[in-house]
Amino acid sequence: MKLYCLSGHPTLPCNVLKFKSTTIMLDCGLDTTSALHFLPLPLVHSPRLSKLPGWVSKDGTLNLEKELKECAGRVFVDSQPEFCLPERELLDLSTIDVILISNYHCMMALPYITEHTGFTGTVYATEPTFQIGRLLMEELVTFMERVPKAQSATCWKNKEIQRMLPGPLKDALDVWTWKRCYSTQEVNSALSKVQLVGYSQKVELFGAVQVTPLSSGYSLGSSNWIIQSHYEKVSYVSGSSLLTTHPQPMDQSSLKNSDVLILTGLTQIPTANPDGMLGEFCSNLAMTIRAGGNVLVPCYSSGVIYDLLECLYQFMDSANLGTTPFYFISPVANSSLEFSQIFAEWLCQNKQSKVYLPEPPFPHAELIQTNKLKHYPSIHGDFSSEFRQPCVVFTGHPSLRFGDVVHFMELWGKSSLNTIIFTEPDFSYLDALAPYQPLAMKSVYCPIDTRLNFHQVAKLLKEVQPLHVVCPEQYTQPPPAQSHRSDLMLELQPPPMPYRRCSVLGLPFRRRYERIQLLPELAKSLVPAEIKPGISVATVSAVLQSKDNKHILQPVPKPAPVPPSKKRKRVMEEPPELLSPKPLLSGAVPLEPFLATLHKHGITEVKVEETPEGHILHLQTEDTLIQLEEDGTHIVCGNNEPLRTTLRDLVLRFLQKL
Amino acid sequence: MPEIKVTPLGAGQDVGRSCILVSIGGKNIMLDCGMHMGYNDDRRFPDFSYITQNGRLTEFLDCVIISHFHLDHCGALPYMSEMIGFDGPIYMTHPTKAICPILLEDFRKITVDKKGETNFFTSQMIKDCMKKVIPLNLHQTVQVDDELEIKAYYAGHVLGAAMFQIKVGSESVVYTGDYNMTPDRHLGAAWIDKCRPDILISESTYATTIRDSKRCRERDFLKKVHETVERGGKVLIPVFALGRAQELCILLETFWERMNLKAPIYFSTGLTEKANHYYKLFITWTNQKIRKTFVQRNMFEFKHIKAFDRSYADNPGPMVVFATPGMLHAGQSLQIFKKWAGNDKNMVIMPGYCVQGTVGHKILNGQKKLEMEGRATLEVKLQVEYMSFSAHADAKGIMQLIRMAEPRNMLLVHGEAKKMEFLKDKIEQEFSISCFMPANGETTTVTTNPSVPVDISLNLLKREMALGGPLPDLKKPRTMHGTLIIKDNSLRLVSPEQALKELGLTEHQLRFTCRVQLQEPHSDQDTLNRIYTHLKSVLKGYTIQHLPDGAVMVESIVIKVTSSAEEPNLKVILLSWSYQDEELGSFLSTLLKKGLPSGL
Repeated sequence: MKLYCLSGHPTLPCNVLKFKSTTIMLDCGLDTTSALHFLPLPLVHSPRLSKLPGWVSKDGTLNLEKELKECAGRVFVDSQPEFCLPERELLDLSTIDVILISNYHCMMALPYITEHTGFTGTVYATEPTFQIGRLLMEELVTFMERVPKAQSATCWKNKEIQRMLPGPLKDALDVWTWKRCYSTQEVNSALSKVQLVGYSQKVELFGAVQVTPLSSGYSLGSSNWIIQSHYEKVSYVSGSSLLTTHPQPMDQSSLKNSDVLILTGLTQIPTANPDGMLGEFCSNLAMTIRAGGNVLVPCYSSGVIYDLLECLYQFMDSANLGTTPFYFISPVANSSLEFSQIFAEWLCQNKQSKVYLPEPPFPHAELIQTNKLKHYPSIHGDFSSEFRQPCVVFTGHPSLRFGDVVHFMELWGKSSLNTIIFTEPDFSYLDALAPYQPLAMKSVYCPIDTRLNFHQVAKLLKEVQPLHVVCPEQYTQPPPAQSHRSDLMLELQPPPMPYRRCSVLGLPFRRRYERIQLLPELAKSLVPAEIKPGISVATVSAVLQSKDNKHILQPVPKPAPVPPSKKRKRVMEEPPELLSPKPLLSGAVPLEPFLATLHKHGITEVKVEETPEGHILHLQTEDTLIQLEEDGTHIVCGNNEPLRTTLRDLVLRFLQKL
Repeated sequence: MPEIKVTPLGAGQDVGRSCILVSIGGKNIMLDCGMHMGYNDDRRFPDFSYITQNGRLTEFLDCVIISHFHLDHCGALPYMSEMIGFDGPIYMTHPTKAICPILLEDFRKITVDKKGETNFFTSQMIKDCMKKVIPLNLHQTVQVDDELEIKAYYAGHVLGAAMFQIKVGSESVVYTGDYNMTPDRHLGAAWIDKCRPDILISESTYATTIRDSKRCRERDFLKKVHETVERGGKVLIPVFALGRAQELCILLETFWERMNLKAPIYFSTGLTEKANHYYKLFITWTNQKIRKTFVQRNMFEFKHIKAFDRSYADNPGPMVVFATPGMLHAGQSLQIFKKWAGNDKNMVIMPGYCVQGTVGHKILNGQKKLEMEGRATLEVKLQVEYMSFSAHADAKGIMQLIRMAEPRNMLLVHGEAKKMEFLKDKIEQEFSISCFMPANGETTTVTTNPSVPVDISLNLLKREMALGGPLPDLKKPRTMHGTLIIKDNSLRLVSPEQALKELGLTEHQLRFTCRVQLQEPHSDQDTLNRIYTHLKSVLKGYTIQHLPDGAVMVESIVIKVTSSAEEPNLKVILLSWSYQDEELGSFLSTLLKKGLPSGL
């Protein structure tokens, strides 16, 4: 059993598990932090960006002014942003049987895996994960396609050249494998391979393995997965949360008794408390609005935004800011808001019970109805004529490299009245802001990451007691910036098995048993005998049938009826077929009872001789010896087959057959 | 032999008060707990005294499962759980859990407030009953306890309707509830995997019907409504608030839009708007098309259909009214019917099945004079039309489901005896499986023959599979030997050697040494060579070899030859074998006794 690690990003994992005869990919996260090396894609022409100077090395020998631009001391690639894909060379992706998706953030690389690789398997995901994942992919494609870049920069990727570039571009890894965004057609094709599953649904893979998604409490439809056979159990824990937000609570108890637990997707900001961050978010927002400024919240189109809206729904009235408009701008804003209301089954109890009334589970329905929240597909069209300031704008992409957020950065960045509040934890806010420097706008960092922190995960692991834990290497040491914080790492006994990009781990499994079915006819024919108190054994002679990884034992077919008289004699003369041997024997033959038995069968003249190992019985009239010892019986006889078989059967009476 | 028992308390050769008891693997499950629309007395509810004479049911039932929100499937639930007493888990899907209490409350109001019955369940009881409900999702495997698991499949029929698989060990039963094998305007078709249940309990409402295409029926329906409205008549469509109503509303809404019609369409009771809201929130339970387009256009937001007020019934001019309940047995639909029945310009369209005893059933049977309360008679002059829009599987659909699930036995409920009889013959003929149709209170017993799951040691299995080769010979199957260790509740199959080791037993060697005397005028060594040659020719496929110490070994059987100096021609052949080679040893001693052929 092996684990191939195709991603080094702890929250955007992509691992492949070879388990029994199946090859299972666990998530396929897309690392979009690579986009931070690129210049933003403005929606409308930006004079500032277009006037940025091209980059030439100090000694003037290297001139990449067409590809690289300099802004506030940093160098950016002037090309369509590219993404860092999961490793595709470590194993043949066409051999993957299934892909299990844990949440919609962890499936963004799906088209790269399922298209053009020969992949012919099935992708399993819950309905909300599938629907919202589709929205996020469509959004990404729209962001890229609506502002096409004429040229595509490639020279800088040359190893020799990259070495000479200033940091952080110089240190970017595997840049030659970075890829541009996929197309709508590839998204559709990838998603057509998805099969929907529900929590606690047992899905059989080739009769060998059963996989089951469990609620992970992190986002709508987010799941952890159990991958098990009758004897081995692997738990795959991806982004999970124990906080009470909108999704159904995490199912912890089903993770118990795992042989191996693969742990990924812990919080990226272990030092920030989400509740505290939410408070800070609200107070900064209120402060800015009161001062007449606008608030920009770069965010994903699904997820924490639902909680932010719910929080603001209560907060705004109490802060006397009830008239401030909220704008949610995204090609999928409407769909995201609508979809969030139809997945009652996947929500926490509190929200679930609302639909019984029947009322929409999220209060943003009311915000929309009362015109407090308005959503637009983009800044073009109705938005430009309807928008009022000061306001709060939620829009993507949180990397600030593409999407409508780029426009707001250009629009509001020059005024110190405005504030940008970062809530998504995926990107360093300083890196995100780098191509907009110098910036007058205030920036506030309130990352809200509801995923498990180290304290929670320690408690969880104590509870569910896996035999072994596998995790990204980042979790086995304190974060680089806080190297003294030994509480911000996993300390376990036995120590967790760390992995990094391109690791191949052998998982510590010793498979010892397999499930087999005894057909009822066979089961009925068995004769169990008690060997020790509470333990019985029965000898099984049967025919094994294995098909589709299922094993069945059936009775040995009776030999064909003996053909009539003539041939019968020949049958007798034929040697026995080479069959597997008779059962093993165990026990001992006690002297006195054995003598009594012999007596009962008419063998009366027995002379008993004592030996160091036991006894020798002389059957004088028959010229036969029986050597009785603790661990063996030896019958030495003349050519009297009937007597021998009688003696054999009498001895067998005292022994257990195995 | 393990058995599965099925006893309908309701819906046995009948439609109404569905309630079926199943005993499987020591567990007792109640499937549905419905009321009968055709009765107003004790017969309205299933006879729970069948389960126990004295009191509460909790200890007799492991769980109750409700297939969908129709009252003939859940109408007796608060009576059962609160008045008889059941505190165990009740399972239903989310939409059913949402809608069921509303219909129960409606039912209670009509019975208690309007008809003045006492000794009926109260609003509080409905609430208390619903607290015992555990909602489940499609395909989710719910572990009721360590052994009993249930799983819901999509059934179509109405919003949230589900079929249920009940499983204990390797035995299982599937109960369909009501289902629909063809998608309609708002719901998808039922689906189940090839789960091979021991018994498939299916409804059989339309056991003998094979319905024409849906399109034809829809066109017919629209034509009738249109004609009546054109000539200034009023159309009454009695419906249940949730289900067919939404489908017909979608149908009329699009027709009105297309034909630009002006006659008003009303929907009675405040329930409608609420009902449509349920459809919006549970849109994932509707059909593919509605789900796909719901963001752009929600099919359950109607432009032409407005809320009905009781006073509108007397308005002049044409109109179409959807009113509840669907079988004209009480409530608003019956009131409107009474008002409009006298005018032959009007029309009533019955879009679903009506149980015996209801006004709906009577007029469908052509009754022209109805006896109403207070000895008044009502003359029926308006046109009565029947259109089967109720979403039940027809004969074709039932056969289709059997093909999907591949049950070992079939059991029919929720249908009329005569029609069931016909379908039963058809099923037995086509699938060669037994088909049962027990009446209420009658128990069907099916013997199951489950195989026994055992843990086999991987060593033994791998060894055996390797010996069997990649393509085992089916005509000459290999026999494998193993030892089954039965300890506590575990069954493990291991190799005999491993069993000895594990159980801390020592092996007991049983050996035989047999003397065979032969007259052979040869030296001992020559005799041995002759034996070797002889055995070589007789035993094909056996390992026969000379040993360095001057013996011949056949497999593990040792053969030696001795003779005494006094009688050099009397050879004593010693054969020695262990019990494991008993068959071969016995064969050889018999063979050698016959002497060696002279031709050697």
